[in-house]
Formats: sequence, C-alpha cells, structure tokens
Amino acid sequence: MKRVLTAVIFFAVLLAAWQIVVAARIWSPVLLPGPASVGRFLWAYTFSPGTDEVPNPNRWQLFFAIGITMKRLGLGYLIGLAAGLPLGMITARFRWAQDTLGVLALGLQGLPSVCWVPLSLLWFGQSETAMLFVVVMGTLWSVVLATESGVRNVNPIYVRAARTMGSRWLHTWLKVIMPASLPFIVSGMKQGWAFAWRSLMAAEIFVTILTGFGLGQLLHYGRELNAMDQVIGVMVVIVFIGLLADKVLFSPWERFMHRRWGTSK
Amino acid sequence: MTLQQELAVSPSAKLAVKGVSKAFRTGGELVQALDRVTLNVNEGEFVCLVGPSGCGKSTLLNIIAGLESPDEGTVQTDGVPIRGPGRDRMVMFQDAALFPWLDVFSNVMFGLKLKPGLSNSEREEVARYYLKLVGLDSFHRANLHELSGGMKQRAALARAMAPNPRILLMDEPFAALDALTREQLYGDLQRIWQERRKTIIFVTHNVREAVCLGDRVVLFSTHPGRIREEFKIALPRPRDINSVDLAEHATEIMQSLKGHLRESEVHE
Repeated sequence: MKRVLTAVIFFAVLLAAWQIVVAARIWSPVLLPGPASVGRFLWAYTFSPGTDEVPNPNRWQLFFAIGITMKRLGLGYLIGLAAGLPLGMITARFRWAQDTLGVLALGLQGLPSVCWVPLSLLWFGQSETAMLFVVVMGTLWSVVLATESGVRNVNPIYVRAARTMGSRWLHTWLKVIMPASLPFIVSGMKQGWAFAWRSLMAAEIFVTILTGFGLGQLLHYGRELNAMDQVIGVMVVIVFIGLLADKVLFSPWERFMHRRWGTSK
Repeated sequence: MTLQQELAVSPSAKLAVKGVSKAFRTGGELVQALDRVTLNVNEGEFVCLVGPSGCGKSTLLNIIAGLESPDEGTVQTDGVPIRGPGRDRMVMFQDAALFPWLDVFSNVMFGLKLKPGLSNSEREEVARYYLKLVGLDSFHRANLHELSGGMKQRAALARAMAPNPRILLMDEPFAALDALTREQLYGDLQRIWQERRKTIIFVTHNVREAVCLGDRVVLFSTHPGRIREEFKIALPRPRDINSVDLAEHATEIMQSLKGHLRESEVHE
C-alpha cells in the first residue's frame, strides 16, 4: 500500500510540474500543450460521444488503433517465439548449428530491427506482411540467443538425474531442459518483446498501410497536423501499453522464478 | 496396487562388476580411471567405496548407473547386463541435483510419474510415504532454496527411493554438509536402510563415514583405479560414528589407505 502511495504521489508531482511549466508560458502552447489538452485528446479519441448535432467522428479511434497495433505485434511475436525457441535449442545442441545459425543470430540481433523496414517494404510492399516481417525479425534473434544460452547453461547433472529416473528425449527437453533454462528464456522473451515493439512503432510511423491505422500512424498524423496534444497523447498510450505488457506478460513468470529459485528480494 | 504391495515388489538386487576398465583423456593425457575392477555385491548389502579423489570410484558408480559405459568388462544386476540408465538403479548425487523449478513434493513425483503401472493417487501416496520416511512430511510444498543442505539431501534420498529401485547408488551425498547434520543423516540412513533393505553402493572419501554405514568397505587406489583391499565391518547397528569400536576400525583402514598412497607415490 505504501508503495502504491509513493508511486501515486510521484506521478502527481510529475503532472503538477508539467502543468506549472505550461502555465509559465515559456514555450508556445502549440509546442507544449498542458495535461488537460492531452486529456481532452484522449477523451475525444476514446469515449466522447460528441454533441447531438455533431457526433464525434473520432470516437473509439484510439481503441481501433491499439487493436490493429496489438494484432500485428501479437501475431509477429508469437511467430518469432514459435520459431525462436526450437532454433535456439538446435543451436545449443549441435556444434554445426552453433557455427552457422548461432553466428547469424548474433549478427542479426545486433542489427537494430528498424533496419528491416526498408527491406521489408521492398519485398512485401505496403502490406500487413511487411509489418509482420519486421516484428518477427525483431523478436526472433533475441529469442534464439536467449534460448541457446539458457539451454547451454543447464547444469548437466539435472539431465543425468532425469535420465536415471527414466526420462528420455522429448520428456527430458520438455520437463527438464526447458524449465531449467526458464530464467534465460523469459529474459530473452522480454528483450524480443521490446525489440518487436520498437520496430513495429518505427514501421508504422514510416509507412502508411491502408489495411489499418495503428498507433504509430496516429502518432505520425499528429505530427502532420501539428497536433502536439495528439503526439503526446499517443506517446502516453504507448508507454502505458509497454508497462501493461510487462506487468501482464512477464511479471507472473518473474514472480514465479523469484519464489521458486529464491533469486532476489 | 496398494502402497504395501508397491513397497513389497522389486526386492534388492545382486550386483556383479566384472573386469571393468575405463580411461579418460584429460589435457591430452590418457588417465586410467578404472583398471580391471571386479566387485560382487549381495542382495541388500551396504557397500562403501573409499579412496582418494581421482581413484575412479565415482566413475564406477556412473558406470553402474548406466550413465557411462566401460571400455572393457561388464556390469550385471541379477545376471542381466545393464544397458544405459534404468529405474532399477537410482542415483543420489553429491549436490542433491534436485530440480529448482519444482517444489519438494513434485521433485519426488518426477521419477514416480515416469514409472508405469501406478495410478496418480498411488504415486502421490508413495511420494508421501517416502517424504515421511526421510522426515520431510511437513515440507511438501517447500521450495528448494528454503531447505537446508541436510534437508535437500533428505529430499534427494526420498526422490531416489520413491521409484523403488533395486539398487541405490550414492555419490558422496553428505560431503558438503556440516558434521552435526551428517551425524543425523548417518542415523537416518541406517534406519531407512534397515526398513527398506536396498542394495546400496555408497561412494565416499571419508573412512569413518564408510565404517559407520557399510557392511563392507572397499578400498580403492589411484592411477590406475584399482580395488586394493576389502574390510568386513561386523559392528552391530545402529552404529554411532563417535564410538570407540568404530574409530578402531577406521584407524586400521586409514593406515592401510596411507600405505597404498605411499606405495603409489614410490611407483610414480
């Protein structure tokens, strides 16, 4: 409870400081809108019904954008995971894979994932596939590398112990090697998520795709229209989604690991 | 199958190690870890393998477990040659090797779940029985990091005994524990062994420990790993590690061990 209170006070102070700077009129309100006008934008793009004569044309727009972005992200992320986990295991298990796939993964993981955007556009045009490709490339290599080092770091005595108890092949992989490398895999999943999220935002800002306007596009139009309240509003939403993803997707795993392994706290 | 029936099946086995040799390459040099080792162990016998580190006693244990294969020679349980690891020979490792992603109960269940012919509730009953036997009945849901070193080894013992192996292989299981905890475990292990009568091969470099636990103490020499001498220990049980009789036996074996060590130094 005390921690929640600390956080609430911190963000209240932050908002107040923002409001004070705006009220001091150091910068033009066009460049630095106050919290209230950002709030008005968020209201207008979500629940505001408008008036009877002029219904709000932008109602629900933010939710649609979030939905489209999350669909792209979720699908690409799942594909990246589904491919990355087995590839990482193969890389850890076989010397030849380590010398080929492992080196490739290491190289491509170092490539900022936004660099995939031009290539993806030339290959797939301005399409959902192009977006998906960028997200997959952002996720895949981190997951491969994390899985590889996770599997490589599994204490061999676990596998030996499991073998004496009658565990073989698939059972050993699923029940021993995978859970033993969980700490590595989760941190890899987290990094993969962060890379995918960043690259998708970059792609959406660069590229207009007619099959759906995501959060990045909303941000981009904010700039085109000089609508700073929209730019900041969308940024706030993006930050919020990042936080939420961390709390919903990864925190439960991390809490489980802290409890079981007894790490930290 | 009731718990009593499950406990009654798979009696302890006879073990025959015949002319087993094994060499390792370490740093380009060929080390003869085991040189034509022959050892016969009776049903329900408690045998301790003692020797300096590097004498190949752990290697022999791994070969019996089926985790490594010998260069030469055979290992048979009740006349059947072993091929790879099997549920009839369970291993208890030095650092427990319990799975940190499972709680205590699930660790004991791991091997049981792989054992066919039991229903899940029977498996749980068996797991509860062994956890009680080692004195961990109130720690079913504990995480491993919450256990002390001694409790971890108790859990490891329960896990190794749960699938009801015919032979129990123990690789310096108490080496990392403090003296007081170890003494407790000596008592417990003797009690459990008398209750369950498994054939036990126990590897240690602690002579007193070997005399306290074993029906027989087998002395290994190093480079190459060979059996040098055997000692029958006829002391009554339960044995107290601090008793004078036990100390006398241990001193005798210690003298002989030192003699072998000097001998091998002269040869090198």
